[in-house]
Amino acid sequence: MSDLLRPVAIGRDLVRRDGMDKVTGRARYAYEADVPNASYCRLVQTTVARGRVEAMHTDAARQVDGVRAVITPFTAESLHTDGGELAVLQDQEIAFRGQVIGLVVADTAEAALRAAELVEVTCSTAPHDVALSADRDDLYKPEKVNPSYETDTSDGDVDVAMAAAEVTVEQTYTTAMYHNNPLEPHATTAFWDGEHLTVWDSTQGVHPTRAVLADLFDLDKEHVRVICPYVGGGFGSKGEPHVHVVLAAMAARAVPGRHVKLALTRQQMFSLAGHRTPTIQRMRLAADRIGHLSGIAIDVVEHTAKMKEYAEQTGVPTRMMYAAPNRATTHRLAALDVPAPSWMRAPGECPGMFGPEVAMDELAEALGIDPIELRIRNEPDVDPETGHPFSSRNLVTCLREGAARFGWADRDPRPRAREEDGWYVGTGVASSVYPVNRMAESTATIRFERGAYVVEIGAADLGTGTWTTLAQIAADALGVDVEDVSVRIGDTRYPVASVAGGSSGMTTWGSAVVNAARAFRDKHGSAPADGAEADGSTEDNPATEQYAMYAFGAQFVEAHVHRDTGEIRVPRLLGVFAAGRIINPRTARSQFIGGMTMGLSMALHENSVLDPRHGHVVNHDLAEYHITTCADVTDIEATWLDEHDPHVNPMGTKGIGEIGIVGTAAAVVNAVHHAIGIRVRDLPVTLDKLLPGL
Amino acid sequence: MDAAISLTVDGEGYRLTVDTRTTLLDALRDRLGNISPKKGCDHGQCGACTVLLDGRRVLACLVLAATVGGAEVTTASGLAEGDTPHPVQRAFLDHDAFQCGYCTPGQVCSAVGMLDEVAAGWPSHATTDLTAEPRLSQAEISERMAGNLCRCAAYVNIVPAIEQAAGEVR
Repeated sequence: MSDLLRPVAIGRDLVRRDGMDKVTGRARYAYEADVPNASYCRLVQTTVARGRVEAMHTDAARQVDGVRAVITPFTAESLHTDGGELAVLQDQEIAFRGQVIGLVVADTAEAALRAAELVEVTCSTAPHDVALSADRDDLYKPEKVNPSYETDTSDGDVDVAMAAAEVTVEQTYTTAMYHNNPLEPHATTAFWDGEHLTVWDSTQGVHPTRAVLADLFDLDKEHVRVICPYVGGGFGSKGEPHVHVVLAAMAARAVPGRHVKLALTRQQMFSLAGHRTPTIQRMRLAADRIGHLSGIAIDVVEHTAKMKEYAEQTGVPTRMMYAAPNRATTHRLAALDVPAPSWMRAPGECPGMFGPEVAMDELAEALGIDPIELRIRNEPDVDPETGHPFSSRNLVTCLREGAARFGWADRDPRPRAREEDGWYVGTGVASSVYPVNRMAESTATIRFERGAYVVEIGAADLGTGTWTTLAQIAADALGVDVEDVSVRIGDTRYPVASVAGGSSGMTTWGSAVVNAARAFRDKHGSAPADGAEADGSTEDNPATEQYAMYAFGAQFVEAHVHRDTGEIRVPRLLGVFAAGRIINPRTARSQFIGGMTMGLSMALHENSVLDPRHGHVVNHDLAEYHITTCADVTDIEATWLDEHDPHVNPMGTKGIGEIGIVGTAAAVVNAVHHAIGIRVRDLPVTLDKLLPGL
Repeated sequence: MDAAISLTVDGEGYRLTVDTRTTLLDALRDRLGNISPKKGCDHGQCGACTVLLDGRRVLACLVLAATVGGAEVTTASGLAEGDTPHPVQRAFLDHDAFQCGYCTPGQVCSAVGMLDEVAAGWPSHATTDLTAEPRLSQAEISERMAGNLCRCAAYVNIVPAIEQAAGEVR
């Protein structure tokens, strides 16, 4: 147990420090690096999903005015790699439709585009396979699921529990394929100065990107600099480097002395920037008449790429969410000819709390028990998976607090009980959960400069508020006014920091900042000389071996379904979270409502449609891949408990970037069911799925 | 093929020669170094590139630069007077109506243009009485701002921000 910092700056509702630069558009993102002698890149992609590039003719492309280089798999420099997603242009094999097979560098973007269109490609094709199904005979068991969880778990015997149970639910739920689609397309500006590479890259982690580039180009890490003060959204898709940053570096090497700019197009983001696998979730719940679970099981089938394995940990939250003596989880993968899936906001928990939380609603309905009460009856005393106590677990308080705020008490549980002006009105609930993650490595430096404290750490702000919140943490750790602290992040010139992923930023970087502040005070006292400096790093937290650490939440949804057309509107969303101490309520609320709105988007709109004939996502732009717009939301509110958890870290924070999207889609499905009596088990909930039952 | 045009951007006059394929967005960003309008899709589907063209909101990625000779362009950067934000920008700061900031300059320009459209009496899909002056309700704002996508999903902060600014802009 650690002493929590006394919150003075922590907890204050401070405006973002980068706010003025963002509302004016003066904040410089990766493509906008202010550099001389810019050249522009355009990519050439395959139009077949599997096969081999037999020949490429680039003469016509090279003759376009202003073209400086055309790079193909036949001419590209050799990277220091054994293959996989980043081994771009290294051989002629085609692993998925949309794979990059060429690159043009030109003086203008127009010339690069024209030249890319003139590259002639001859491919041989091979049969491809992008169709996921639970019936495939080639499903396999991965060794681990992301990032290093056991693939399967089993306690007791769920089959026996199901056979003996008074009430059971056995249903299959599916989530769609999703694309992160941050508003800023993945982009890089790259420059070589001899054997020194500088990239301005839109990334959730400058240091991890540097490490990957240093390996690929066989450089000393100190010879690579990655700069990224602002990230135009990432949601996981900028967590690991994708091929664009490698291509930009290759392109820049081909035009010495010039800075090269490469931005993916929106369409290219559907094949080159990661995605969330579709999931098929077979759920089994066994319960007695009063709603105590005797068994809970989830069997997950999802896809990965033949080129690179990524196993989404969809079954993981079922392991710890509710008490049940008999429990089992499995993951099976189909390796397909698709681009590599990767992280998308709350990998595992987001899809993995869809099936279970709808199944709980189905069980509540079968038992005639209120769905909130059912969850409360299955609240575990300790983590059912590890047997460890929870460092804090306030799910029940979130459910009760939310019920009171939302007006749940008078709810008539019968579907179609409420109709207003031609709309059936329903309400639904679901639980949220997200683990408290801590990354292994981060260091902060604190220096006293001209009467103020400067915090340096190679961390990232994806809109999460890091510029502001790290200053709040440093201020309290140093015992000074937050106005006397400045923060420098987003550059590998600053000390090593972990990726902004797994909602781990505050826990990891914040702990490093606190340790740096303590080291600074130990070394320099309270009246430091100008230039006084100290470092601190995040350390292992022994409490993680003794406690299960999670944030929890409860989400409430009001859904309207039109009696005649089946149109679905969601006028009201409420989330109540127990996520430890909140550093900045303003930026925290934005993260919660942002996650919930993305969850609403998943529930009603998002669906990447893979065409089995051609192997690509046919709706690969923002006109066809629908996300929630301003007109889709009315009232979305997030609030939180004043939770004090002394075990997680010195700040008492649990991480809040992802939990908002966990459970939302289930709550929407449950509300739609309550409205109209139709249970949609396959996302998204669209009116075609309701019309037959109207 | 090139075309010579003159443009006023955020109050400054420019003469430049552009490839006739160059969009206003690329001319602003790549030629004039004005990074305020952002490129989110280049297809008029996201709204991040919204600027005011002779006072009206347009998607700069769907306008060819060669077609706007003599025009006056205002970006979100030009809406602020140096370090003093425009009332819409002030309201965005007050309401935390953004996170990553990439769609934000477009949201701001769109809001300014939209408020002018309402003042001019233009109806929207959400307007119930087409014969009356449109009144700026939450439904009107969210409908009129629906062309500006925000993946961080600050929508429920953007709408009250615009409500706040609406009173001050008039």
